[in-house]
Amino acid sequence: MQPTPYTRRLFLQQGITLASLLPTIPAFIQRSALGMMPALGMSSIPGIADDRILVVIQLGGGNDGLNTVVPFGFDAYYNARPGIAIPAPDAGRAGNAGALLLDAARGLGLHPNLTGFKELFDAGQMSVVQGVGYPNPNRSHFTSMDIWHTGRTDASGTGWLGRYFDCTCNGTPLPEGSVTIGRTAPLALVGDIQKPVAFESAELFRWTGSDLHPSLSAQYDEVNRAGTLDGVQEDSQLAFLMRTSLDAQLSSDRIRAAVAKQPLVQYPGGALANQLRMIGAMIRDGMKTRVYYASLGGFDTHGGQPGSHGNLMRQLGDAVRAFQNDLRAQGNEQRVMSMVFSEFGRRVKENASNGTDHGTAAPVFVIGANAKPGVVGTHPSLTDLDQGDLKFGTDFRSVYAALLANWMGADSARVLRGEYAPAPVIA
Amino acid sequence: MANPLKPLPKNQFDFWQAQHLMVRAGFGGTPEQARALAELGLEKAVSYLVEYESLPSPPAREFDANIMRPPTAEERALQQRAQRDNDEALRAQIQRARQERERGDREQLREIQKWWMQRMIESGRPLEEKLTLFWHGHFATGYRTIEDSFHMVAQNAFLRAHANGNFRTLVHGILRDPAMLEYLDSDENRRRSPNENLARELMELFTLGEGHAYTERDIKEGARALTGWTFRDDAFYFDSAQHDPTSKSILGRSGEFGGDEFADILLAREECSIFICTKLYRFFVNDAPTLTSDDRLAITGLAKTLRTSKYELKPVLTQLFQSAHFYATQNRLAVVKSPMQLIVQAIRSFHCPSRELASLVSAGDLMGQQLLQPPSVKGWDGGRAWINTSTLFVRHNILVYLLTGHRPEQYDWLAASDDFDAMHLVAGLQRTDTPLDPKETVVYLLRFALGAEPRPERVTQLLKFLEGRGNRVDNDRILALLALISAMPEYQLC
Repeated sequence: MQPTPYTRRLFLQQGITLASLLPTIPAFIQRSALGMMPALGMSSIPGIADDRILVVIQLGGGNDGLNTVVPFGFDAYYNARPGIAIPAPDAGRAGNAGALLLDAARGLGLHPNLTGFKELFDAGQMSVVQGVGYPNPNRSHFTSMDIWHTGRTDASGTGWLGRYFDCTCNGTPLPEGSVTIGRTAPLALVGDIQKPVAFESAELFRWTGSDLHPSLSAQYDEVNRAGTLDGVQEDSQLAFLMRTSLDAQLSSDRIRAAVAKQPLVQYPGGALANQLRMIGAMIRDGMKTRVYYASLGGFDTHGGQPGSHGNLMRQLGDAVRAFQNDLRAQGNEQRVMSMVFSEFGRRVKENASNGTDHGTAAPVFVIGANAKPGVVGTHPSLTDLDQGDLKFGTDFRSVYAALLANWMGADSARVLRGEYAPAPVIA
Repeated sequence: MANPLKPLPKNQFDFWQAQHLMVRAGFGGTPEQARALAELGLEKAVSYLVEYESLPSPPAREFDANIMRPPTAEERALQQRAQRDNDEALRAQIQRARQERERGDREQLREIQKWWMQRMIESGRPLEEKLTLFWHGHFATGYRTIEDSFHMVAQNAFLRAHANGNFRTLVHGILRDPAMLEYLDSDENRRRSPNENLARELMELFTLGEGHAYTERDIKEGARALTGWTFRDDAFYFDSAQHDPTSKSILGRSGEFGGDEFADILLAREECSIFICTKLYRFFVNDAPTLTSDDRLAITGLAKTLRTSKYELKPVLTQLFQSAHFYATQNRLAVVKSPMQLIVQAIRSFHCPSRELASLVSAGDLMGQQLLQPPSVKGWDGGRAWINTSTLFVRHNILVYLLTGHRPEQYDWLAASDDFDAMHLVAGLQRTDTPLDPKETVVYLLRFALGAEPRPERVTQLLKFLEGRGNRVDNDRILALLALISAMPEYQLC
């Protein structure tokens, strides 16, 4: 080959981009993997078992709290929502079912499709915290979600659960400490030290090169499972990479084996149920993960709300019920606590499209065999509003504080960088 | 001790040294480009990379400056009316319009991310893009906090314009940059209630380094010097009514300082030159957890050059890239590739198609490097922080995607990998009428892809693969070899 002459365009590489018509992201690069480093136990906290697990279920888009926990005892609710209000439990009719009774004295019910939640509530496994929010509410999905994830009203810094690990891990991340099923790692789980394991499908949580030709797998394994090689200095960058490569392979094996097992109970269809099924499988497998993260989107119901919201409520209630049944069948129900939240609720008044616009405070659910059953706090006033929105009664960090201090046994003030009285949600 | 910045003897600058230079002072290149660079000789090759102003610049691209512009008088009046009349419908309408603009702005940010990615892949001035990425991590500013994509792209243009210029110019300019002023709350730094954020980070992260030379008191005084430094729409604005003109005392010097004097007091400190050169050294030479005494000696030498040149960067970069230390064995496989380095280097050195840009940007995010969204004002930690079991599979799989364009569900790969001809990589080995020798090919590919002498185990492993596949070399087998090499732990280093 002729040597390339010295040209002014030595490095110009134009024209090698193959523009695709479909700007979709291939699924296989959207999942990543696991924890890190050789296993190192969490320092145990006196009085709190160190095998407790927190599951966070995020409802993305701003769930309509008023049609989730229905204030059927208040006229103002029906006045504000002539088109989309849920009838009182005894006022339902064909095509417009009444709320499921939650608390007759307070005039509260559940969306009629939340039969799963109703069962859990009646079984004493659910705490409903009313009117959860924060001062000067932000109505941008983006910012408000960041506020919930960071636990800070300026929406800056690391995630609250990432900090939980950072505060307890003595500088070494806990391998597989937190796992999320989804396309990206939620900020809530991202700490300075601890990073979550994130994958969309366990089947793709591995080297995809082996799909190119089966004969590649053997060499890939040889290269990545060696752990170390002769003459590689223990503190070198290469040794570090070799150790991490081996850990990644082991994590991949473990997670894929765990989720490949048939669950002990039947799960319904749908994205959330699928995520919870995988989480159930990993818990059953005895993984050391302390925090799992699942999410369901589609709650931004600006128009035609009753149908779409009803479907989401059905999915949510049925998926969580199946998950709790699974945990019970496994014998793990005492170890697991779940929290269901959304970045904000919606306006009290319905809009002209049979939907609702972005609002503020909304209920949070804490679910588990060790949840303190009942309704916490008072329902925010439907008439004393702030620019048409509910005023919050419980700061969301009080719920976080309860989960951190009373469930995970952590120093909640340190994690949350402030004192918040724990909400009474843990038994 | 020998001076580590002594230039590499000219006759030692060969193909492999040229390749190392391309990787570190850019994002790598093809064998052909390495040959061309080697032919220039050390001095010309370094100046070709460092003094890139005479080379053609990629075409400019316009972005919409007005998506997040401040409200017009008319819009403000409407907002006031909604407030005054407690007009629910109007308020909702204004809110919806705002959400619409924010959506459009996020869309533009994604376009900017793809545009920059493409620029890194295609630019004829690779060091310009690499330095821009360096300064982006140094003067880190994140979109999510400021929510104005045009301010982000304007800052990016500023950093690029001075990427190999003068560090003092960069510092003075960043203090007038709307994105930075908003990111670090300078718009809230007022005479009666100073906000220390910008002053603190200017000392801690931009010039001196944490805990070097300054005290909390210096931060407070510096914050007063920066009061009133804010912006209006897309431009810096000095709000004299909010500026505190009284005397300040910073690092032992007193006067009625403003922001520029504050910055110059910091730049006058020796600590500043050492801090910046340490960071450049970590970025370009090695990022092992601890520095050796030789490393420190090199940094001290670079810092001296930076001071002598009054913060001009080119002399420092030239000295570094010509030094024997830069090419030394201990500094090979010594830097953990950033996600951008991993992706762009693969495309530029293998000359494979860059596939779908949006996928590459997303993969960067999953590997911990989202352009224009560093995790905090500290930027990216780099080094080992890039690597964990969460990011390794993404790193492996993005390479499979780049090499083959195939997604795992499409299995029939050996029959249909014709969209990337990798044979050019081994063209230098080809002799007329003789098939490529498997061993020679494996050794060459390993050395080319890794940028270092291959370990004998790796040669054996790859030869074993070829033996099981007919023991010959063709395009499919080269792609298979590259897929395996790019999954090796050492491929994450450069």
